[in-house]
Amino acid sequence: MSVNLEHYLIVGAILFSVGLYLTLGKRNFIGVLMGIELMLNAVNLTFAAFSRFVESSDPMQGHVFVVFVLTVAAAEAATALALAVLLYRVRGTVEVDRMDLLKW
Amino acid sequence: MDDTGTVIAFWALAVMTIGSSLGVALVRNVIHAVVFLVISFLGISGLYVTLSADFLAVAQMLIYVGAVSMLFLFAIVLTPRGSRDNGEGFMRLPALSLALLFGAVLVFVAVDTSWNISAREGFSETASAIGGALLDKYVLPFEVASVLLLAALVGAIVLVRPEAAEEEAEQV
Repeated sequence: MSVNLEHYLIVGAILFSVGLYLTLGKRNFIGVLMGIELMLNAVNLTFAAFSRFVESSDPMQGHVFVVFVLTVAAAEAATALALAVLLYRVRGTVEVDRMDLLKW
Repeated sequence: MDDTGTVIAFWALAVMTIGSSLGVALVRNVIHAVVFLVISFLGISGLYVTLSADFLAVAQMLIYVGAVSMLFLFAIVLTPRGSRDNGEGFMRLPALSLALLFGAVLVFVAVDTSWNISAREGFSETASAIGGALLDKYVLPFEVASVLLLAALVGAIVLVRPEAAEEEAEQV
């Protein structure tokens, strides 16, 4: 019994699917953002697994990419949650179904 | 990756991560969902340790478990009325079927492809290698990332500034 690349890839795939379901299915804007964070984490886990297991001349590249993804994810979370607070202030709700101001 | 401790740790952490991510999808209260999300982030941090990615494990702990989850909690607390419900909208069934299909495709690709596996052992330590790469080969993306963080910081402050503060600033 040993753990190899496929195990990590399958864990990442399942996490990404759960995040995709949250992003598309949830009604609460904050729930949608949780799905996005979960998808970013799944991709980071996949990067780290490839960096550990796959043949490469510079195996550290995957880790550096994960650091950049972490940076962008933190910036995205800060601005998106500020938008959530602002939307609540203007519209009185954080449900994405009810943000239909542009609907004909 | 054959020693028993690593294998047991991997399976325990994988079950913890996936189980609590399913908890995020299933619980009805959005604050409970954030708690499950934190457990899921902790599990991913542990999986980084089993991949011998020590710097990433600590960064995950600091950024996600420490900072991003606090941002989520503050956003929930600042939107008090009618925002505790974590239910699904009318897109529930299409989202579920798309997520299942996409996950099945990813798992199939992961299992079916013959990856070019290397025989090397895990990294002994990664922080100095990442730091060296960031200031040598990746110095331009590193600077761009710092500008992005500054823009996000200023943007978030400007967005949530109360209107009274804006009027005061205009009068001065």
